[in-house]
Amino acid sequence: MTACDVIIEIEQLSLVLPEKQSQKYNLRSVTLTEYTKLNTFLMKTYWRSLEELQDPKALRIQEAREEAKQKSLLYKSEGGNGGNSRRDFLRTLGFSLAAASIVASCKRPVEKAIPYLVKPEDITPGKANYYASSYYDAGDYCSVVIKVRDGRPIKIEGNELSPISQSGTSARVQASILNLYDGARYKGPENLSKKITWGDADIEIPKALKEISEAGGRTVLLTQTVISPSTRKLIQQFMESYPGSEWIQYDANSSSGMLAANMRNFGQRAIPDYRFDKAKVVVSFAADFLGTWLSPVEYTKQYTAARKLDDGQRDMLRHYQIESHLSLTGSNADVRFPVKPSEEAGIILALYNAIAAKTGAEQFSGAESAVDVSSLADELLSAKGKSIVISGSNDENVQLLVNAINKLLGNYGQTVLWDSALLTRQGLDREMTQLNADILAGKLDGLLVWGVNPVYDQANGQELEAAIRKLKLSVSFAERKDETARACQYILPEPNYLESWNDLEPKMGLYSLAQPTIAPLFDSRSVQESLLTWSGTAMTYGDFIKSVWESDYYSKQSDYNDFRLFWNYTLQKGVFETPSSADISYSDEGLSVAVTKLPESQSGTEVVLYESIALGNGKYANNPWLQELPDPIAKISWDNYASVPVAYAEEKGLVNESVITVNGLELPVFIQPGQAKDTIAVALGYGRVYAGKVGDEVGKNMYAYVSEENGSRKYRIDNATVEVVAEATFPLALSQTHHSMEGRPIVRESNLDEYLLKPDAGNELHEEHEKHHATLYKEIEFKGHHWGMAIDLNSCTGCGNCAISCQAENNVQVIGKEQVRNRRIMHWIRVDRYYSGDPANPTVSHQPVMCQHCDNAPCENVCPVAATPHSAEGLNQMAYNRCVGTKYCINNCPYRVRRFNWFQYVNNDKFDYNANNDLGRMVLNPDVTVRSRGVVEKCSMCVQRIQEKKQEAKLGGRMIEDGEIKTACQQSCPGNAIVFGDLKNPESKISKLFKDKRNYHLLEELHTLPSVGYLTKVRNKA
Amino acid sequence: MYKTSIRGKLIQGDKSLSKISQDILAPIDAKTPRWWYIAMTISMAMFGWGIYCKYVTISTGIGTWGVNNTVGWGWAIINFVWWIGIGHAGTAFSIFLLILRQKWRTAINRAAEAMTVVAVGCAGLFPLLHMGRPWLFFFIFPYPNTRGPLWVNFNSPLFWDFVAISAYLLISASFWYFGMVPDFATIRDTTKSKIKKAVYGFFAFGWTGSSREWLRFEALSFVLGGIAAVLVVSVHSIVSTDFAVSVEPGWHTTIFPPYFVVGAIFSGFAMVLTLVTLMRKLYNMTDFITDSHVDAVCRILIFISLIMGTAYLTEIFMAWYSGSQYEMFTFFQNRITGDYAFQFWAMFTCNALIPQLFWFKAVRSRLWIVFIISIFINIGMWYERFNIVITSLTKNYLPANWATYSPSIIEIGFFVGTLGMFSVGVLLFFRYIPMIAVSEVKSISKFNEEIEPKEHH
Repeated sequence: MTACDVIIEIEQLSLVLPEKQSQKYNLRSVTLTEYTKLNTFLMKTYWRSLEELQDPKALRIQEAREEAKQKSLLYKSEGGNGGNSRRDFLRTLGFSLAAASIVASCKRPVEKAIPYLVKPEDITPGKANYYASSYYDAGDYCSVVIKVRDGRPIKIEGNELSPISQSGTSARVQASILNLYDGARYKGPENLSKKITWGDADIEIPKALKEISEAGGRTVLLTQTVISPSTRKLIQQFMESYPGSEWIQYDANSSSGMLAANMRNFGQRAIPDYRFDKAKVVVSFAADFLGTWLSPVEYTKQYTAARKLDDGQRDMLRHYQIESHLSLTGSNADVRFPVKPSEEAGIILALYNAIAAKTGAEQFSGAESAVDVSSLADELLSAKGKSIVISGSNDENVQLLVNAINKLLGNYGQTVLWDSALLTRQGLDREMTQLNADILAGKLDGLLVWGVNPVYDQANGQELEAAIRKLKLSVSFAERKDETARACQYILPEPNYLESWNDLEPKMGLYSLAQPTIAPLFDSRSVQESLLTWSGTAMTYGDFIKSVWESDYYSKQSDYNDFRLFWNYTLQKGVFETPSSADISYSDEGLSVAVTKLPESQSGTEVVLYESIALGNGKYANNPWLQELPDPIAKISWDNYASVPVAYAEEKGLVNESVITVNGLELPVFIQPGQAKDTIAVALGYGRVYAGKVGDEVGKNMYAYVSEENGSRKYRIDNATVEVVAEATFPLALSQTHHSMEGRPIVRESNLDEYLLKPDAGNELHEEHEKHHATLYKEIEFKGHHWGMAIDLNSCTGCGNCAISCQAENNVQVIGKEQVRNRRIMHWIRVDRYYSGDPANPTVSHQPVMCQHCDNAPCENVCPVAATPHSAEGLNQMAYNRCVGTKYCINNCPYRVRRFNWFQYVNNDKFDYNANNDLGRMVLNPDVTVRSRGVVEKCSMCVQRIQEKKQEAKLGGRMIEDGEIKTACQQSCPGNAIVFGDLKNPESKISKLFKDKRNYHLLEELHTLPSVGYLTKVRNKA
Repeated sequence: MYKTSIRGKLIQGDKSLSKISQDILAPIDAKTPRWWYIAMTISMAMFGWGIYCKYVTISTGIGTWGVNNTVGWGWAIINFVWWIGIGHAGTAFSIFLLILRQKWRTAINRAAEAMTVVAVGCAGLFPLLHMGRPWLFFFIFPYPNTRGPLWVNFNSPLFWDFVAISAYLLISASFWYFGMVPDFATIRDTTKSKIKKAVYGFFAFGWTGSSREWLRFEALSFVLGGIAAVLVVSVHSIVSTDFAVSVEPGWHTTIFPPYFVVGAIFSGFAMVLTLVTLMRKLYNMTDFITDSHVDAVCRILIFISLIMGTAYLTEIFMAWYSGSQYEMFTFFQNRITGDYAFQFWAMFTCNALIPQLFWFKAVRSRLWIVFIISIFINIGMWYERFNIVITSLTKNYLPANWATYSPSIIEIGFFVGTLGMFSVGVLLFFRYIPMIAVSEVKSISKFNEEIEPKEHH
């Protein structure tokens, strides 16, 4: 019996073992010792003779001796004169060879897959299931579809049926799948770090709540904005059962000023629905609506739709941005004015006055404007009812003024709608401020914290932490480690959103459902269920939602006449819309007072604290994908930093990675073109101290500098003391260090007027190069498909969603700050960002670059081992097994899209991210190889998706439809900037785009014949 | 053909044939000098550090180097090309000077060939270990297999490179070894130590010195020499295609094959000069390695240096003449000026300008100046490879990818290790192998006697 046979037999054994035993032995591999144990377990004791029965061991030893003796005699007789014969030698040689080959061939551990005895109807191993669900956290809402493979959620896609996110996602939504498999999640309920059961909690906490309530004490349930109608309902129930309890909603990155203004002007604690797709002119005062402001995915969809030119559209939205630090939105603006934050109010007032003068409304005197707004006012007036004016300020007075401008422009009811008001931000900062003061003053007895982290994001976090520790009752429902949970007595972990039921109402009249896609990985329980239990309702949250929907929403539709059908179909679609209308009228209450209280322009250095695109409010700091996502503008990952203006850096002799102190806090310097004079910008969301292995001590916590002004949080430091720390440096992980295109035709662009005259404006070179394409070699003919991709530079905002989507789809590994700094980032798709023009206010271009799948690929012919061949369908492929890692292909790729595995990134303690533990590796896509050390990898155009759809079409006996295959970067792109398809199909969208006059190929003069095309960027400057 | 009266004596000191044997073989039987041990210890230490760095490279990955996703090749490839260039001297000496019937080569060619073998050995380590998965290097062999069969990519310059280098190593090692067989026999016959007798006897292949053996010996030299002559040109031409076949600005150029071959011979001769001046000094070989030898090598270096200068200028001119903005950028903004200007000008000065000092007899006749200049050329040739490999890769087509490169301590250690390996090889050669081809020197010794010079058979 060879070693192979042993293993096979072990496999068979494990199948016949009783269940308990097979569990014990059903490991990945069974060693020989275990095999013997198994045999002993299975066999009855048989005996051959009485001697054996009495002393089997002695007998066996004796037998062995006899045998050895006989064998040695046998050998001796064969050898003739007693020495080793040639035959002996050959025998030994043969044996060792055979042994070596068996050992070598059986090296792989045996893994067993046990088939279902009764197969669940809708689960086929190896085939993914998709479930509609909803993402909501920290004010970001997204309707999603979860890809579940063999019981594991592994990828998030946007839900096409959602009128809000329309199949788009953001980088944070994409990365949220990894939060499910985060090692920093709490594994079960705890009381002061001691494990307890849910039963204990259900006895102790209601008791404590009751005691507080009966003693006339005060308990506060502190949550982020809750947009779940069922949850809102059950929170009311909960509060009724504990009199004296209170519910406060708190958003770390708040819109409190806007809410307060809207409550005055419209009587609504909500935010109107901005419709960028209906606007012709957008003026944004530091509102980063493509990056972080309110509902960026939705706005990006609308904004890019209003700027598309590929369907013969001849009109484009014009976008003005007035801001101090170069935001993602600012980088996309047609006209951008860099100003100090304190000057913004003056400009808004001037704009108001200019419009008021023309419309005959009341004018107010105030500070002088830093920017001449007269032409802007004219342009807005000429687009009356088709414009949007917004401000990112959190000051109620500024927002009152902005509302007044929109009113004068007649935008309400046209581009700014109240019928479908946005409900995702409802926290009023003054409530939290009061609570904070009450906790410090000891006026609070019980605190239930859910989804927020005030110890981290309140300026007096440390004092707050100490005060929370002193409370009679403090409960945290945190899903994973956070600073506030650390201070609480009880930690009752909530499940991840992918493990739980929920319903959401992100906008009035628009509902969506979230459903569990995996059984809870840990001993967690949804907060809603806890609250239900504590208020005496014995019901699961899922059933509760159902009951709410049955009573409240079933009647609002007429498509289904059975609730079960309604529920099932809604769950399947993920979203449910009911027509809603709101009769809301405007009153200019408070405007005349507000204009006298506008923030005044200041002379000192102002520091802007902005929300980072990757990390948001810092809740996801332990997510390595987000930590490694380069900032769309600065291209820095793994840190926050002080963006300083170019002129300031020159004056002070600063370079990137120098160190300055801002009000005593040391920060690394990054020289940011477009940063307004006398301002510095630093991102929020960094500097967590209790987030987990990945997120601890990354960057500095700027929430400590968030103050309060006019009753709302002020994300700005006025008159900051900035000092240069001489000769200190702090390394920053930059993934792009050169910012000029050096006059090369890389991003080709034109302006709308030029484009309307000549569609190939800015792209004249394309035709020139096409004419010169000639080759001596036989050109490749594609008989079946020829896959290609078109990227509309006019639609790409540079948000970075594609990089994370690709990372999730293709098992791209995280490599950490040091390696990113060494320029070894693994992302298969990167967004190059170039500046042109004046460094004080540059024009910005974003360009996503992935493998161009050249039909005359330079990488292919230089590989000595033919590890990167061309497919019959025009794909440039990587055979990882074959790659020996000469890196010649990396050098010979003019686009530098090939990535090398410089180290073993998986299962390596030096790279202690998600791929270093079993939990984190659950996110891996089983359709894509995990690359080992020493091989080259790159974009495959999601070949696994192509194959899947091809097989589906083949089974269905049909041709693949255009648009059926979607690459990961394309599918969730919020700007619809990427189109993938078959170039051989003349009717496909890609073929049409390739014929567009705006289409060109990157570095086409090299005759690499890329299968990726770019459509020129068309700006809309005045 | 060769007029002793014009060229002067090839061997100084009126030596008899047996005296020649005695003088050349003396170091082998003599007590090992102290400096040798010191030098050996230092070399072994360097070698040891190199081995440690190789261990780190293999066990952890080439991530321990300074290379990145923009600059895929770094010191490893620079050093590979540099060592291969040095390895050109031996064959060039033996073959080209043989073809040109330069009798004076006999005193130097053994050392040059030894250098070749060690240098090519050093060179070979780099492409092997710069692979991501060096344990699978055999994928580069076109061996029959059951995977299709799956062949190598015959279009890839790296495959050509592999074939060229392995052929070169094989041929130059054989050429060197077979040339030594008669000398090993001489040691075997003269030495008194039993061990040495046995060892040298083994390597002498039972050589008795019969006419028949000499006939075979000549024939073998002729065949190997013929193959090697082709290889001298082909090896570095092929190494140059590693670059020339690519699309990188600064690499994609037709001047590379001749430019590389000449550059290789240049660095090879410079290294020969370095070694030979040391050998002459350390072992008092002044009678064999005469001033006229040094003088001849210096004159050759002037000529090659002029070619190098021309090549550099041609490259720059072609970059401008091509009208390609990428080429222009590489040469004018990333070589002549820019981050890597120092390396460019170091290359230009060391290779094209400093060797011009050899025009002066006063320079040529001062051994220490010659030694220093030879070192400068070695450095200059290293910078040439740095220029080619690094400047093109750091700033190529898309500025978003531009990156810088600096070597890690592991890469430096790897290089220092090969320097150690080289000097260990050279020291062993000094100690255990006749540094000068005794039999060949004897063949020219008769020119010392004032007889009518005849053409050597």
